[in-house]
Amino acid sequence: MDGTNSLRNGPDEHGRFGIYGGRFVAETLMPLILDLEKEYRAAKVDPAYAAELKHLATHYVGRPSPLYYAERLSEHLGGAKVWFKREELNHTGSHKINNCLGQILLAKRMGKTRVIAETGAGQHGVATATVCAKFDLPCTIFMGATDVERQMPNVLRMKMLGAEVRPVTAGAGTLKDAMNEALRDWVTNVDSTYYLIGTAAGPHPYPEMVRDFQSIIGTELKEQFRELEGKLPDAVVACVGGGSNAIGTFHAFLDDPEVAIYGAEAGGHGIEVENGHAASMTGGRPGVLHGNRTYLLQDADGQILEGHSISAGLDYPGVGPEHSFLHDTKRVTYAPITDNEALDSFQLCTRMEGIIPALESAHGLAQVMKLAPTMRKDQSIVLCLSGRGDKDVESVGKYLGMLK
Amino acid sequence: MATRIDRRFAECKAQNRPALVTFIMAGDPDLATGQAILNALPQAGADVIELGMPFSDPMADGVAIQLGGQRALASGQSLRGVLGMVEEFRRKDETTPIVLMGYYNPIYIFGVEAFLAAAKEAGVDGLIVVDLPPEEDDELCIPALKAGINFIRLTTPTTDDKRLPAVLANTSGFVYYVSMTGVTGAAIKSRGAVGDAVDRIKGHTDLPVAVGFGIKTADDAAEIGKHADGIVVGSVLVDAVAKSLVDGKASETTVSVVRDIVADLAEGVKRARA
Repeated sequence: MDGTNSLRNGPDEHGRFGIYGGRFVAETLMPLILDLEKEYRAAKVDPAYAAELKHLATHYVGRPSPLYYAERLSEHLGGAKVWFKREELNHTGSHKINNCLGQILLAKRMGKTRVIAETGAGQHGVATATVCAKFDLPCTIFMGATDVERQMPNVLRMKMLGAEVRPVTAGAGTLKDAMNEALRDWVTNVDSTYYLIGTAAGPHPYPEMVRDFQSIIGTELKEQFRELEGKLPDAVVACVGGGSNAIGTFHAFLDDPEVAIYGAEAGGHGIEVENGHAASMTGGRPGVLHGNRTYLLQDADGQILEGHSISAGLDYPGVGPEHSFLHDTKRVTYAPITDNEALDSFQLCTRMEGIIPALESAHGLAQVMKLAPTMRKDQSIVLCLSGRGDKDVESVGKYLGMLK
Repeated sequence: MATRIDRRFAECKAQNRPALVTFIMAGDPDLATGQAILNALPQAGADVIELGMPFSDPMADGVAIQLGGQRALASGQSLRGVLGMVEEFRRKDETTPIVLMGYYNPIYIFGVEAFLAAAKEAGVDGLIVVDLPPEEDDELCIPALKAGINFIRLTTPTTDDKRLPAVLANTSGFVYYVSMTGVTGAAIKSRGAVGDAVDRIKGHTDLPVAVGFGIKTADDAAEIGKHADGIVVGSVLVDAVAKSLVDGKASETTVSVVRDIVADLAEGVKRARA
């Protein structure tokens, strides 16, 4: 379905999904963002670009990622069949590489000689450092100082890949502050530098572009599920921080009303705890930050709150603008998952399927654990297992009292 | 109808000198001292005042102004509080133009129409909102013009001749040329290039062109002021506030150091074309 009633038509020519999105950036960046859009439009219709990306996806990333039936977990939950779309098996260990390859090829086309990126959990930082190593471009990764501490394995990976990791101490030292600092660097080095944004947020065309690169998740999933089960899944689920794995999973299903779609937001200590969560749609309201209008955690004066999540990758006070649109139109149900619920599902998945999920993905799994028992046994629910949890074993070990 | 901004730039032009535009963060380091600094600016030699509306995420600002904003927020500043400062200032000064500078979100949350009405009422003359390029003019720029408040646009080294007319189209009051690609408080690389850029912009508009970002000393002001109709100084003043603090609190020198620097800069703009 592709008509005027499609939910897949956004954004419009102003980069808007309904009232969300847009280009709220300083004038210094505006010409560059227009350039980027032009370059992206050209690349999109260039068969050579598509062919190179396809080749890399197959031989460098290892696509298609498998669709796996989690049999023990399904039996344990006693309802719908639970499936994992195994994005954690991608090279670098998460879905982030899908987007990084698409954008690094654009950076090359634009003749940029330096790459910057922000990172929360470090998965996007690692994926960026990886493609920069492969394509021989110097790169600087901005990472909140708090996150540097809680995601040390990824910091080491980035450094070994040749990236400079710049800890950001402003604010609470998390993803939002890293993004501010990356924007400051970009405004300073606008001629030479490509800003490789890791999530489907920021000024137009980033939300659209990142979504397009991540949409391979849902497109593959749909085809794989049809091949195995001969139908559409009854529900798809993904975790939502900025929301790139989620929009990539959801997009192929937006016009299939028989497929229920769920996004798991970071509920932290609980949605009722002020500034104790990072669920921007459940607990925030629309505002303007980092180049786009979207749901934000903020106070009555429009000052942005830091938010909190056990997961560094979900610890962001905003969300991609297309999610805000899908929230308002009610096509997608967004629900908060607490730190504790995520920790429980992290352990269950590890013990029962022998798969250690990223804490981010564990939020999605917690949502699956709530839904599956309410569904029939002939129904299916698919989780985007967006990342692997190796990076989290130390911090989870601390939470569980396994480390002194 | 000539506005306060128009009149002030015309007066400076008649004196054959650029206007001195001073930026301070509203409510830095605390609400009372911030008001005292604001009130002292005209007498020290400021021709136009830019009053910073603090924001939690100032993406285009360097460390000095980031910290100034944090101090203001920590002492309880809000957008309504900023408007209150202007109202207070206007009780004694009817002629010095005040331009509010900041980011869009607090205004958006206040409500655009309500904000414009309150700003007009308080005696605000213009707005500079960093994250509203011409592509988003419907948000605030057009409503502000209708409400009789100037919308002052930033132009930058990346704004080429092709784009310049679009940037200038709805600009009023003056044009703010950002001297470099970078954040507030960094250093200007080439003064000569700034002069060329100012001349280029003047080829496209009759509005006064003020230059900001990276101007630190009276000599900078005198040099850049050869071409520019206005000189904007901000980080140096906010930094001076920071350095005057004792145990994080305002000291007896906090107001006077700002006043002294402004007086020195005012001397710089006076000899720009002498």
